[in-house]
Amino acid sequence: MTDLNAASAAATEAHSREFLVFSLGDEEYAIDILKVQEIRGYENVTRIANAPDFIKGVTNLRGVIVPIVDLRIKFHLENVEYGGQTVVIVVNVGERIVGIVVDGVSDVMTLTPEQIKPAPEFGVTLSSDYLSGLGSLEDRMLVLVDIDKLLTSEEMALVDTIDA
Amino acid sequence: MDISEFYETFFEEAEELLGDMERHLLELDVDEPDAEQLNAIFRAAHSIKGGAGTFGFDVLQHTTHLLENLLDHTRHGELVLRRDIVDTFLEAKDMLHDQLDAYRQGEEPDPEAFERICQTLKQLALDEMGKKVGDDAPGAAPAAKAEPEQASQPEEKSKEASSGVSDGDGGAEGRLTIALLGIADKDRDLLVEELANFGEIIERRGDSSRYEVVLETSTSIDDIEMVMCFIVEPEQLEIVAAGGPAAGAPAADVSDAAAKSDSGESAQSGQHSEAKAASPSKTPEQPAKAEPGKPAAKGQDKAKAKPKAAAGAESSIRVPVNKVDQIINLVGELIITQSMLDQTVSEMDATQGGALVNGMSLLQRNARDLQEAVMSVRMVPMDYVFSRFPRLVRDLAAKLDKNVELVTEGESTELDKSLTERIIDPLTHLVRNSLDHGIESPDKREAAGKSRTGRLTLSAQHQGGNILIEVKDDGGGLNREKLLAKAASNGVPTAENMSDDDVWQLIFAPGFSTADQVSDVSGRGVGMDVVKRNIQAMGGHVEIQSRQGQGTTTRIVLPLTLAILDGMSIKVGNEMFILPLSTVLESLQPRKEDIYAMAGDDVVMKVRDEYLPVVAVHQALDVADAETEPTNCIAVIVQGEGRRYALLVDDLIGQQQVVVKNLETNYRKVSGVSAATILGDGSVALILDVTDLHRLSRTKREAQSASRQTPLAKEVEV
Repeated sequence: MTDLNAASAAATEAHSREFLVFSLGDEEYAIDILKVQEIRGYENVTRIANAPDFIKGVTNLRGVIVPIVDLRIKFHLENVEYGGQTVVIVVNVGERIVGIVVDGVSDVMTLTPEQIKPAPEFGVTLSSDYLSGLGSLEDRMLVLVDIDKLLTSEEMALVDTIDA
Repeated sequence: MDISEFYETFFEEAEELLGDMERHLLELDVDEPDAEQLNAIFRAAHSIKGGAGTFGFDVLQHTTHLLENLLDHTRHGELVLRRDIVDTFLEAKDMLHDQLDAYRQGEEPDPEAFERICQTLKQLALDEMGKKVGDDAPGAAPAAKAEPEQASQPEEKSKEASSGVSDGDGGAEGRLTIALLGIADKDRDLLVEELANFGEIIERRGDSSRYEVVLETSTSIDDIEMVMCFIVEPEQLEIVAAGGPAAGAPAADVSDAAAKSDSGESAQSGQHSEAKAASPSKTPEQPAKAEPGKPAAKGQDKAKAKPKAAAGAESSIRVPVNKVDQIINLVGELIITQSMLDQTVSEMDATQGGALVNGMSLLQRNARDLQEAVMSVRMVPMDYVFSRFPRLVRDLAAKLDKNVELVTEGESTELDKSLTERIIDPLTHLVRNSLDHGIESPDKREAAGKSRTGRLTLSAQHQGGNILIEVKDDGGGLNREKLLAKAASNGVPTAENMSDDDVWQLIFAPGFSTADQVSDVSGRGVGMDVVKRNIQAMGGHVEIQSRQGQGTTTRIVLPLTLAILDGMSIKVGNEMFILPLSTVLESLQPRKEDIYAMAGDDVVMKVRDEYLPVVAVHQALDVADAETEPTNCIAVIVQGEGRRYALLVDDLIGQQQVVVKNLETNYRKVSGVSAATILGDGSVALILDVTDLHRLSRTKREAQSASRQTPLAKEVEV
């Protein structure tokens, strides 16, 4: 019985992926859980001058200087507040470590390939280039963000571009 | 056994061996070569050849083989050393290095270069040894022509003849008894497997203390030994020819006896002289007679090589730099956590936690010691840098027809590894300059009443938290008039009454060279400015002292490490920044009458009859709630890239050592900022780059004035 469970779980794992679900305003977004290093509170961020407004600055993550990006500002949300509940998801993008500020982290979801639908053409705030699809889960819709592409994109200004 | 795992070890070892080889070659006295040095050179070539053979680097093996043969002749006094022969050896060493690099990159070495060096070495062997062989044994001469490689190496052939057995026996397989001493069972099987590659294993017996394998093979004892030595210690191996002609066995026995017996010393010297006496008549036809000297020398090699290797293994280990950096990072974290705890404890009621307070102060001391100890791991002696100059000086001096003696001092002075790598280029440049422009030709020197041989001194010493590196020559010195004239023609502002020191600084201006003729050594006018920039990028500075006719001294002052920085913490608004203390000259309270606004939004401040550009930090870095009235600010006079600026800040907090953290690891270059650090409370502070900050403030002001369409600055009210 136990063996059977384990076997079926393994089979599911082989095809489905796990996502960390977080909220920005009223919408729910999700990123590949394997990209997430840790989740921590928003504190002690040192401002960096002359950087885009959504780059909040840098913080000390156990001796490593990590930039903090506020996705709420990047996605033009209206209520951007910082408090004890503000959450930073620390993600590994390539060789880099970046912290992203979100309104809250809700849960970890397993999505099967059938539950992942291709992303439609989106508006200007979030180009569909940075989406890996839409996840539908009963009555919820998750926007699956390709965090690698998003954070290394030129408009995020996180990475030195060649001409810079 | 996956042999590729050992590649990296081999590359590193081979590189070290090549370095040793070069050092010995350079130190070698051509007229009276030191036997021990010749042996060391030979050993290096021998070990590389062995390794290259094991890993299948054929080109490398072949080249070292040729070199090794020549070295072997030299060692036995059959090849008389000359300067040009040493040059050829050095050239061969360079070639080996190139080949090694190629293999390291996973490529095959350049076949043309390989062909060329082989030809050179063969030709040398033919020229030097061919004559001898020809004189002593006329029969061998034609063979030498037909088969240059083989016949020009009579030694090699004789070795094979006696130990390899097959030659002597007319093609019959030789039988060797190989004894493995004190090898663990699991390793033994691998070794036996390895041995099976050489031929057929007839018999195997014994236990872990002594395990004998009888091998039917056509490979020579030497070759087997060479391969096995890469896996086991030489003394764990005993190879004896069994059942072959008598010539092989006694020779090997002698080898063992010489290496083992207490009276080996006398036996060796006796055989050594015998070998010397025998050598002129040594020909391929007389292997038995030539042989006794050879194993004895081999035995000697082993006996000497072993203790050295053992000592080296105990006294150092190889660790990748990133592991060390990780430890340094973690220790830095520990220090920060400790100071945070310290703060909490200091706020507690002292009567309650007496033990805790004591423990904290102990922890603090230990943590600091730990940090110091860890930092010292990154330090390497300057010898690492200096050791590459003897070759450079030798080659250059020969090219320029000058006699130059290189003296190095303070080789054991330690410097951060990352800095040693970056100091090599500037130093090379300075040394080239000294040789080309500084030290005169022998005739000129004699006419000036100096010894014909010039002297170039490289020295290093610690001075406070810095290291002082000097390049000193006793050449002609800088020429004041020439420099001034050159500066004038280059459009560099000069004055007749400039002090000598200021005149010398002129050579650091871009495009400046006083050489009358451009040589391929130096004089193209790019250089000293690059030297200066490189050194400044390392947080150091460079100065020149010179006296006409007596020489020039260039002094480089560098911080010991880039990982830690002496900083001055400043406050602007509510934000804290760090200024490198090395850039800070003084700080003062600006007076209203000392501040002048200029056209184009520039603001200058008069400090002791000097007008310095003013950089308002709050404006360059957009700090909110900062003091905008200059007279309420503090002006910090800083120096960057040779220029001075007045930085306007709100407050000076104090001096502290900070651990430098790279911003670009996870983020990008930020203008006006060179790096970041972590303060005692765990927050991040940015370390300012003074020159960049000035640039930033200028571009910002320009952008602002363009958008406002007003010519005068509003940030600094005058």
